[in-house]
Order: sequence, then C-alpha cells, then structure tokens
Amino acid sequence: MPAVSKGDGMRGLAVFISDIRNCKSKEAEIKRINKELANIRSKFKGDKALDGYSKKKYVCKLLFIFLLGHDIDFGHMEAVNLLSSNKYTEKQIGYLFISVLVNSNSELIRLINNAIKNDLSSRNPTFMCLALHCIANVGSREMAEAFAGEIPRILVAGDTMDSVKQSAALCLLRLYKTSPDLVLMGEWTSRVVHLLNDQHMGVVTAAISLITCLSQKNPDEFKTCVSLAVSRLSRIVSSASTDLQDYTYYFVPAPWLSCKLLRLLQCYPPPEDGAVKGRLVECLETILNKAQEPPKSKKVQHSNAKNAILFEAISLIIHYDSEPNLLVRACNQLGQFLQHRETNLRYLALESMCTLASSEFSHEAVKTHIETVINALKTERDVSVRQRAADLLYAMCDRSNAKQIVAEMLSYLETADYSIREEMVLKVAILAEKYAVDYSWYVDTILNLIRIAGDYVSEEVWYRVIQIVINRDDVQGYAAKTVFEALQAPACHENMVKVGGYILGEFGNLIAGDPRSSPLVQFNLLHSKFHLCSVPTRALLLSAYIKFINLFPETKSTIQEVLRSDSQIRNSDVELQQRAVEYLKLSSIASTDVLATVLEEMPPFPERESSILAKLKKKKGPGAVSNHLLKTRKACLTDIKGISTPSPSADLLGLRAGPPVTAAAPSAGSLLVDVFSEAGVNDDGFLRFVCKNNGVLFENQLLQIGIKSEYRQNLGRMYLFYGNKTSVQFVTFTTTLNVQAKPVEPLIEGGAQVQQVINIECLTDFSDAPLLNIKFRYGGALQNLTLKLPVTINKFFQPTEMASHDFFQRWKQLSLPQQEAQKIFKANHAMDTEVLKAKLLGLGMALLENVDPNPENFVCAGVIQTKAQQVGSLLRLEPNAQAQMYRLTVRSSKDTVSKRLCELLAEQF
Amino acid sequence: MQFMLLFSRQGKLRLQKWYVPLCDKEKKKITRELVQTVLARKPKMCSFLEWRDLKIVYKRYASLYFCCAIEDQDNELITLEIIHRYVELLDKYFGSVCELDIIFNFEKAYFILDEFLLGGEAQETSKKNVLKAIEQADLLQEDAKEAETPRSVLEEIGLT
Repeated sequence: MPAVSKGDGMRGLAVFISDIRNCKSKEAEIKRINKELANIRSKFKGDKALDGYSKKKYVCKLLFIFLLGHDIDFGHMEAVNLLSSNKYTEKQIGYLFISVLVNSNSELIRLINNAIKNDLSSRNPTFMCLALHCIANVGSREMAEAFAGEIPRILVAGDTMDSVKQSAALCLLRLYKTSPDLVLMGEWTSRVVHLLNDQHMGVVTAAISLITCLSQKNPDEFKTCVSLAVSRLSRIVSSASTDLQDYTYYFVPAPWLSCKLLRLLQCYPPPEDGAVKGRLVECLETILNKAQEPPKSKKVQHSNAKNAILFEAISLIIHYDSEPNLLVRACNQLGQFLQHRETNLRYLALESMCTLASSEFSHEAVKTHIETVINALKTERDVSVRQRAADLLYAMCDRSNAKQIVAEMLSYLETADYSIREEMVLKVAILAEKYAVDYSWYVDTILNLIRIAGDYVSEEVWYRVIQIVINRDDVQGYAAKTVFEALQAPACHENMVKVGGYILGEFGNLIAGDPRSSPLVQFNLLHSKFHLCSVPTRALLLSAYIKFINLFPETKSTIQEVLRSDSQIRNSDVELQQRAVEYLKLSSIASTDVLATVLEEMPPFPERESSILAKLKKKKGPGAVSNHLLKTRKACLTDIKGISTPSPSADLLGLRAGPPVTAAAPSAGSLLVDVFSEAGVNDDGFLRFVCKNNGVLFENQLLQIGIKSEYRQNLGRMYLFYGNKTSVQFVTFTTTLNVQAKPVEPLIEGGAQVQQVINIECLTDFSDAPLLNIKFRYGGALQNLTLKLPVTINKFFQPTEMASHDFFQRWKQLSLPQQEAQKIFKANHAMDTEVLKAKLLGLGMALLENVDPNPENFVCAGVIQTKAQQVGSLLRLEPNAQAQMYRLTVRSSKDTVSKRLCELLAEQF
Repeated sequence: MQFMLLFSRQGKLRLQKWYVPLCDKEKKKITRELVQTVLARKPKMCSFLEWRDLKIVYKRYASLYFCCAIEDQDNELITLEIIHRYVELLDKYFGSVCELDIIFNFEKAYFILDEFLLGGEAQETSKKNVLKAIEQADLLQEDAKEAETPRSVLEEIGLT
C-alpha cells in the first residue's frame, strides 16, 4: 500500500481497499463487502451519533463499493448531511457521493437543492464551486428548475471570482443541454457574449463552450460573438509561444481555446464585414503556414496540439467552402499527412479529406491522392484506418476513376473485415451503377460482388441489377451469357442462383442459339442448384421454369416431369406446392397464345432512384456512412415498405420500395422527403397529449409544431405554433383541417415561428381525431405532412366528485355489457403512484380518494360535455406491481365512449 | 465529451465519469463493451475509433487506459491532449502517479477531474490553476483535521 502523502488519509478506508485488493476470488470480495456494508449499516443505525469524520469515511467506503460495481441502497441521507457540514473535506465527499449516486428520490432532491442553495449564497468561492460542480455533474431537471435562474446571474456578476465564473458557465451549459426550456438567457445574452473578451483565459475557455452551444440554437441572438471570436483568435495565433504563460502547452499557445474558437465560428457563415473576414483569413493562413514550420519540440504533445488546431481550421475552411485557395492548401496539407508516420494523423487526414472531396473547389485536388489512398486500403494494419480509406475512395469517385476504384474495392472485399463488408458491398453497387458507361461493366461488377461477398449482398442490390437489365435491351444478352457462365461454378452463392433464375427465365432465349447453352442445358444447370436453395429461391426457380416452357416449348415435357414429382406437387411448403400445381396446370391446359400472354417479358420498370442509394444516403454527404446509420436506415426502409406493400406478387424487384423518391431538398437531405411522402398520417405525437394539453406535437429536421390548448365545457381553443428550424424560408405554407381554423401566414422565415388558433366545439362524442394537413415548399421541394390533432373525447370532461357509496351505486347502474370496456395490458412506464395520479388528473376526470377498498387502485369520475348530450363516465385502474400489468375498466352511459376512453388510456401507462 | 473511463490492462475500471444521463445498466453495458474493444487493439493502432455513433479516443499510460467518448464534431487530437493534461495533473499532484495512487485516492482523482473538466468541457487548462484549486482544498482539509479529536486505536487498524 502506498503512503498516502496528500489529503486527509482516511486510514479505515485505505485498510478496506487493501482488503478488497487482497481478496483472492470474487466470492471473497463479495463476502468482505457484505461484512463492510453490515458494519456501516449498523453504524448509521446506531444510537451513538456519528461524528463528521466517521460519517465521511463510511460514505466514502460506500462510494468505493459502488464504483466497484455493486449496488448501494443506503447512505444517501448521511451523504446529504455531509453537504451541510462546515468542514470542506466532509462537504466535498458528500457532494462526490451525490454526483455519482444520484437517484430520483424527490424527498432527497429537495434536501440536496437546499444545501446547494446555501453554498451558492455563501459567497465562499470554494463552496460555490463545489455546489456548481455538483449541479453540473447531476444536471437533473429538478436542479435546472431550482437553479437555472440563479446561475446566469452568478456568471455575469462583476464581483464573482474567476474560478466561480468558469464553473458557472459550464454548469449552465449542462443545464441547457438537459432542459433548454428552463435556461433563459434573454437579458444576459450580450454580457455572456462579452465573456469572450475576459482578461482571464480560463474564463474564456469555459464560457466559449456555453456560447457555442447557445449559438447553435439561437444563432441570431449570439451573432456578435463572431467578431469577438475572430479578434481573440487572431491575438492567440499571432502571439509568441511564451506570451500566454501557463496557457501555452508544449510551445503551442492556448490550443484548447483556439480549437473552441474555431469551432464556434463553424456555427456561422463567413463574416460579412470585410475587415473581420480579412483578419480571419489571415489567421487561417497563419495556421496553415505554421504547419510547414519545423516543430519547436519533438514531443508528440507539441505536434498533437498544433495539429488539433490545424484540423479545426481545416474544418472551418471546409465549412465556409468559399475560399478556393484555402481549400486547395488544406488539401495539400492533408495530402502530406496521408503518408505521415503517425497512424493518428493518417486516420484524421483520410477522414477530413472525405469532406473536402465533396467541395467543387477541392474535388480535383483530392483526386490526385488516389494512389496513396488505394495503398492505404491495401497496407494499413488497422481496420479503422482502412475503413477511412474506403470511405475516401468512395467520396472521391467520379466517372474518370470509377473503374479503378471499383476494381480496388472489389479486390479489397476478398479480404475485408467482416464488420465492414456489407457497407463495402453497398458502396461498390452504388458506384458501379452511378458511373457505369457501358452496362456490361456494371453487370460484371455486380456478379463479381455476389461471387466475392454473396452473403453481404442484400436484396436491394440484386433487385437492382435485375431492374437495370430489364430496362436496357443492349445488355440483356450479355447478362444472360455472363450469368450462365457464373452458374457453372461448382459452388455458387444462392444470390447468384436468384439472379441467374430470373435473368435466364426472361432472356435465356438470347443465348439459346449456342449449343453449349441450349435450353435444356440452361434448365439442367439451374435445376442442379435447386435442392441446395432456400424456399424463396426455389419459388423463384419454379417461376423461371414456367417461363422456360413458354420460351422453349421443347423443354415442356422435362419441366412438367419435374413439376409433377412428389417433391414439388406434394411439397410441405404451401407456396412451393401451389406454384408447382398451378404452373403444371397452366402448362397443360393453356394454349401457346395464352401462355405467351401470361408469361410475357417483364415490362421496363419505371425509372426511379436506386433503393440502394437510398439505403446508403445520409445527410452529411458521401463517404461518411457508418454501420450504425446504415442499420437505422435499413430499419426505416423496411417499415416504409411494410406500409406500401400492395400485394405479395409485387415485391420482387423492389417494386415494394414504394413510390419514387422525389427530388431531394437542399442539404437537409432526402431522408425527410421520403419519410414525408410515405408515412401517411403521422400520429406519434398524438397519444402523448391524451393526459396533457401543452407540448411539442411534431418535430423533424425542418419543422417543429408546438401546441397549447385549453378546454371548457364542450368548447376548446388550440394554439398551434409552427417553427421553422432551418435558415431557409418556407413558402406557400398552408394548413387544412376538418375543423374551423383561421388561416395561417403563408410564409415562415428561416428560424421564425408562426401561430395559428383553432376553435373547437364538441358536437357529439367521437373517436377519430381531426386531421391537420400541412403543405409548404422548402428549397423548392414540396413538403406534405398529415398529423392527427390531439383532440380527444376526454378533453371535454368535467370532473365529478362523489363519495364511495354514490360511486358504487352508479357503477352498478351502468351494468349493461356494452357500457363497459375493459383492457388488461402491460405497463410501459414505471408504476409510480405519483405519476399515475398526475396522468389521471390530466385526463380530466376527478380522482376519487377512499373509494376503492384496495388503496392501490385508482377510481375516477367525470361527465363528458358535448353539444348533443352529456355522457357520465366512471373509471377504475388496478395496477399489479408484481406482474407489471394493469387492468383498466371504463363504464359510461354511452358504449362508444367507454370503448374510446379505454383505447386512449391503454397507451398511457 | 460524453464520458471518460479509466481502466487497467486487466479490464478493471478505475474511474468513470459520465457527462450524459444514462441508467446504471446502460453504463455497465457501455463499459463492458468498450473495455473489451479497446483492450483487443494492438499497440501501434490508431488512437481513434468509431463506436456506435460516437468517436472513441484512447491512450495507454503504463498499466492504465484512458478512454474518452466524444461526439461527431469534436476534435480527436485535442481530446488526446485532454487525456495527457489530466495525466500530468495526476502526476504532479501525486508525484509520479501510479495506478495504486488512483485506487487508494480515487476521490482525489475525481476532484482533480472536476477542476479540469466540467460537464464534459475543458474548464481550466492551466496546470497551475487546477493544482492551486486542489491544494487550496487540501489546505482547508489540513485545518479541519487539526481541529478533530484523536481517533481510536481500533479505527487506526481499520476495524471500524
């Protein structure tokens, strides 16, 4: 055990830690811990009041046990007690325990907040910092509610110590991230921005993180920060390496602050003021120049810090995308790094070049590095670096180098890591299609893909090759010949059989003239694969066989023989059996004309964007697609397909990918557009409003719709707030609704919000929510969105208070079977009594206490007010905590109301 | 930064700091997964990797791995130097720090980190200023200690 040189040295703690370390087994460790827990528990429960030191020591032991990975369910109270100790060391341990082991126990949070409040107002900077650290570490909503108002004041007050300002700035940032609605900068904005000018570098370093985050959300309010940031940056960049004293890191002046300044500037377009812009360009040039200077130290820290600034500057240059000179210089600099001996730099250079490749100014410059990148793909020893190289090749690909890049990617696929194969396959498929000059090259490439990495070729890929072959008659003969040859291989992938079956079934006649690929040879080749294939492939092959009968009458008897065999006609799989029976019958009774009509060649597919491309597409531009995002995208595609699948017969060849994806909107990405056009009515937000009246109904990357509503008797008023989240205006903005509505402003400026009021009258009870249709143009693309307005029958409840006796009497009166609706369902949320109560109150009924004999159950009563009639309703909710289930029973004087209430509520708990 | 983990070559977690709200189960899952991933990497490999939708930046110092998870737009190299500065701070405070110092004085390791990084952002990058804050606290601690009553013998040998 090392001598504890510093601090207070809690010896009991050190001994305990030693003991744990000496434990030979997990069991011994658990035994020792249990012994300690029992000891601490008895100390905490004991009659003798513990002194501060002991309390601190035990709390610290508990913390240690928790950090070892064990559960701790006591000691919170003792930790909270330590917070109000006037001894710094005890307070500090108390805060540490709270920071690490918060739990949402509301009683405790109040006590903690009290202690924090005291420390914040203590005017002792050390105590204030501790309290601020605690808020920043916990960052809960309760804390935001308690302190979001106070902290900005501390941050900008003239007499606040620098260290406290630093903590306050980052504390506020954390609260803003968790509860942006509670942190209102308003009057403080300009004083916060001016912290960029603060004398103390530490204050600037902390404050700038806050300012960056706030600028991202409210760019206009904070835009004065641009010129301040530029002048600060310029002072740092031009300072000698010793000027900034302790803020110089291995001869690099203020690297963290420089990076943060450059990052802040990336929240804005290039400065409009010519002088500011000139100064900034000068800074960027200086940073690029410094990269060429000999290093001031051999230490890796020196080069890392220097290059961190360089990469951040390059990010800014790419963000502006308007200075061709700087872009090309950036590209040359990265080119040097591509062959650097530091793996880290090679990795970052490849990554950064990906974004440069998509700028028109630097695309050509990036392309000059193709040989180096291909070499990296072949020789880098680290898979994550190879992945970057593959991304960059994809990003720099165009018509001029497509053949080379695709060939390299294909050869890399043979040995590629399993983790990136699927993505590589998609990339090759996309590049091959996008830059195909002659389609025989395209067909070769895809068949090669299937041969090399068949397992990773998804449906989208082989559907697509078939679509293209069908649409281009110049390639059909070649495709038939090539696939026929590919099928000769003794072991060929099932995906190859699928493509082969389809193509030969359609175009086998184009190669039938050659005796080496006569109809019977083709058929026998396909059928030799049949028994090794899965059911869907066999089904496809059966369809190919019936097409053969049509194309080549001479194969009819052979194929009928096959179809007639027991293994087909009596196949245990219904689909296969049905196909065999039907095809056999069709081939026997239909005349040649009928057969020819039924089995006519497939008509060309409507031209549409490749579904593979849709799969790989991502907002950030080509190249940067991670596996994770691919998966998400895929899941999303499948969902959409699920909605629009009209019949199973249409699903072959990607018809089920739905209507064509419309022209993409600028920058925001086509993902949105196709979600909009496919999703039909969006009712995600709808159910959240059953028990509440205000909130956000809908939000995507473009638009946010907020709602405020109030109801009285059978009347209601709803305020809809449409917020434009982009910097581009929405034009011809219209909303239509089957409820009376005042028209909305037809134009929403970028970043602005418009309001619409809807008056609602409930005429009679209803189940369907009114639909709100929203249309607008964003950057030329029409956006169309239909939402369910959260107007539900329970909004018109008047609560009715009644005693137990009355309740049961009325309950009995509503005893007709159709008056009752009941649902038993699993809990979707934690079964917290307070939350349940709040939800039931939000429903609008009266929550009746002391009515149900079982105190765990909830009963409610209310009358729904409609213009036509009043509908009395009673409700009983029985939670079963053990099974995590609920039983919900609703009785109303009107059966439709019971049913509807039950449906709505079953989704809420 | 979303979180920072310190773990040993044997995969023992020595320090964990989370700057985003996650439940204990999720934290344990992430830790397990990352420790495994990072320990499996060979020495000369690059210090960055993509993991879920985050970027992982890690570096090994003697027997300890320091591992940070940052977001897409964050700077990898400067994060690497955040790790280094933290190591320097520990080293300066403990006087040539070793893994045992962090095990036995884990609370100090947390205090130093809180002075340096707050909410996942650099709060104070000057080594002098951070150490001054910690030493001030230690001074307060010394004062408080003198005022305490002598502890029992039992306590000294760790039986309470």
